[in-house]
Amino acid sequence: MADQPVQSHQLDNGLTLLVEPMRAVQSAAFSLSVPAGVVYEDEGLNGSSAVLCDLMMRGAGDLDTRALSDRLDRLGLQRGESVGWNHISFSGATLAENLIPALEIYADVVQHPQLPSDEFGPVVAGVQQSLRATEDEPRQKVIIELRQRCYDSPWGRPTDGSLTALTNINLESVRSLFDRSIRPNGAILGIAGNVDFDEVREAVASAFSGWEAGPDVPIIRGERGGQHDHIQTDSNQTHIGLAYDAVPYRDDDYYAAWAAVSVLSGGSSSRLFTEVRERRGLCYSVYATLNSLLEEGRVLAYAGTTPERAQETLDVTVQEIRKLSEGIEEAELDRVKAGAKSALIMQQESTGSRASSIVRDWFHLRRTVPLEEVHRRIDSLTVGDILRYVKEHPALDLTLLTIGPKALEVPDVVS
Amino acid sequence: MSFHKHYLDNGLPVIAELSDDVHSSAVGFFVRTGSRDESPEIAGVSHFLEHMVFKGTEKYSADDVNRIFDEIGAKYNASTSEEITLFYAAVLPEYLPRAFELLASLMQPTLRSDDFDMEKQVILEEILMYEDMPTFSAYEKVMASHFADHPLGNSILGSNQSITDLTVDQMRAYHASRYQTANITLAVTGRANWAEVLRLAERHCSNWPQGIPDRRTDEAHAVGQVEVFPREGSLQQHVMQIAAAPAAADDLRFAADLLSVIVGDDAGSRLYWEFVDPGHAEAAEVGYNEYDGSGTWMTYLSCAPEETLTNLGRIQSVYERVNQEGVSEDELEQARNKALSRIVLRSERPMGRLSSLGSNWVYRNEYRSVTDDLNAYRAITPDDIRRLLERYPLAQTTTVAVGPLESLV
Repeated sequence: MADQPVQSHQLDNGLTLLVEPMRAVQSAAFSLSVPAGVVYEDEGLNGSSAVLCDLMMRGAGDLDTRALSDRLDRLGLQRGESVGWNHISFSGATLAENLIPALEIYADVVQHPQLPSDEFGPVVAGVQQSLRATEDEPRQKVIIELRQRCYDSPWGRPTDGSLTALTNINLESVRSLFDRSIRPNGAILGIAGNVDFDEVREAVASAFSGWEAGPDVPIIRGERGGQHDHIQTDSNQTHIGLAYDAVPYRDDDYYAAWAAVSVLSGGSSSRLFTEVRERRGLCYSVYATLNSLLEEGRVLAYAGTTPERAQETLDVTVQEIRKLSEGIEEAELDRVKAGAKSALIMQQESTGSRASSIVRDWFHLRRTVPLEEVHRRIDSLTVGDILRYVKEHPALDLTLLTIGPKALEVPDVVS
Repeated sequence: MSFHKHYLDNGLPVIAELSDDVHSSAVGFFVRTGSRDESPEIAGVSHFLEHMVFKGTEKYSADDVNRIFDEIGAKYNASTSEEITLFYAAVLPEYLPRAFELLASLMQPTLRSDDFDMEKQVILEEILMYEDMPTFSAYEKVMASHFADHPLGNSILGSNQSITDLTVDQMRAYHASRYQTANITLAVTGRANWAEVLRLAERHCSNWPQGIPDRRTDEAHAVGQVEVFPREGSLQQHVMQIAAAPAAADDLRFAADLLSVIVGDDAGSRLYWEFVDPGHAEAAEVGYNEYDGSGTWMTYLSCAPEETLTNLGRIQSVYERVNQEGVSEDELEQARNKALSRIVLRSERPMGRLSSLGSNWVYRNEYRSVTDDLNAYRAITPDDIRRLLERYPLAQTTTVAVGPLESLV
């Protein structure tokens, strides 16, 4: 299925390089994930990672913020930075011949950012405004709030920060986060596209080998928010967020868990779409998705509907989730497999999605998973495997968060 | 890549850009119809019809449609804009015939009344969902305000009232008048065989009704106004502004696209450095949108309410300077590189090529390869930008604000 196998190389400082050569494309993409996500923030300083991420792009090496941005634009780099729970990730895609010059700039971003004091105020103002914009969008806010209630701190932290904590963050705390967490050990650089492994390896070694390793940073587990909660607003719709336990990506049962969620919410013939939207017309948007941290996972589900129909929407959604254990048709599994097969093959048409995929594999499994292996594992799943998984992980202990004019009742388990 | 075209006897254009370097195929039906083709009493019918198409035909029930697309692992969907309703599917090449047959048959849907009543609930929920999103709300309102006396101002979703009042007979009549062969373009991209594409088109589309539906495409001449929609409890102010820009068939569109990158891209543009980098705004962008007969410069500002007025004044200064002085060769070179790399990356997926192939045909009746587009962008000079600005200066003709503010004075 794949073009060529992924090749890997580890620098002495611990940085892992993964390269997937793709011959039929003109582009190349990279994803550089550094272990500086929100779980490494100090307690009470949620938002430090978001500020750090933005600040790192504001000048590095000899380039000030403007020169850095101009240089990347000239290389035609379509770029993005994102803050996750475990990582800050820098990613980009451009014509393959421009990849190495772009990586050389990012080598400075992680090793020699200027973190200029005069840019700190503007960065915080930007982060604050994007948090305020999210407050205005209940559909986004509900999932952020749900995570804080279904994962222990710090894994439930909002990746964009919080408005209250932002006022406690200063330049020193951000620089201190940089010093302890932006390090090559634990960092992963994934590259996919029309590139040559040896050439990339040499360029990466030369640009990143001066990056000094640092000690691992401990993470202290804290509490999570209330299990059943409601946030009062006068929005038009009630926005419902639901969560329950699932296995993480590294678990042997991951593909069974993934298939169970796909039967629920994979395509338009899946159960939630059919029962909640098509048969009852209760909402426009309803979905469930499998979310995985390193050691734990959750199913996160969402539905948005008029307040008068919100309780029925919640009841039907929960009923469909719990009904999974009563039986799954062969045909449902066949459709899930067909969707997976085409998604896997189409992924090979996008250098950006391959680059982020191989980084994700490495983070969770310490290896990359060939597409053939994913295909084989999905193809060998049986209805029995999924039913066994669903019975071993019943959706009994639900976390429920609603945003809207009226709170809802958690449906009882009907035996 | 190879380009092919053919007209069926009933007038349906079939176009394809095929390549063996990719893994998938994409097929799309571009129907030249949208909210601008609606009268007030059927406002929202194009978008509602887009949903109803998936409710099936005599042969395929709604459940069949959902099930079959999933059985072949199709990535499929549809979208409705002011002027195009697009239905598409991306599949592995072996499933192209099945996807094609199903998608083609849906272009002549049964439109059953019980399905219509059920889907009406979903549409009403969709309208409410978007009303909870201030940016979308601002977009609908600024289009309505700018194109006040022009059909481009019609709402895509329609209103709660217009959808509640809509009947299935009105929808059937609309479908019969708009889904005719001269109004539809069939486009195929990716890994496929041209002879087979033609065979599929002949088999599944040759009995479609002929006809040439009309559309009013005169250029809009907006007078402009300022409207403020206070939103209780919201924190951030969202402002959208529109001014006239080149229409879809205008050769100035490449220059317009590059100018919007230079002045208003989400990063590295003049507005970015003036507002976003220093923290005066969360977003300050200007985009170029092309329509049949008209075009828009669409400014978007998201910032703290108390900074809104100052920011709007400063946007005006940025625009005045661009209008007077134009842009430098250096800025143009940077924008060209950004645009070229976007085109190449998008073209690596059949789905990315499909939208470009279809739009070029629907709007301009022409085929443009990736190379044609790359060359067109490379050829733009600062003089072209100056000519563009003489005819279509950057401006803030119409303003709509959604957020905490009660007024903009």
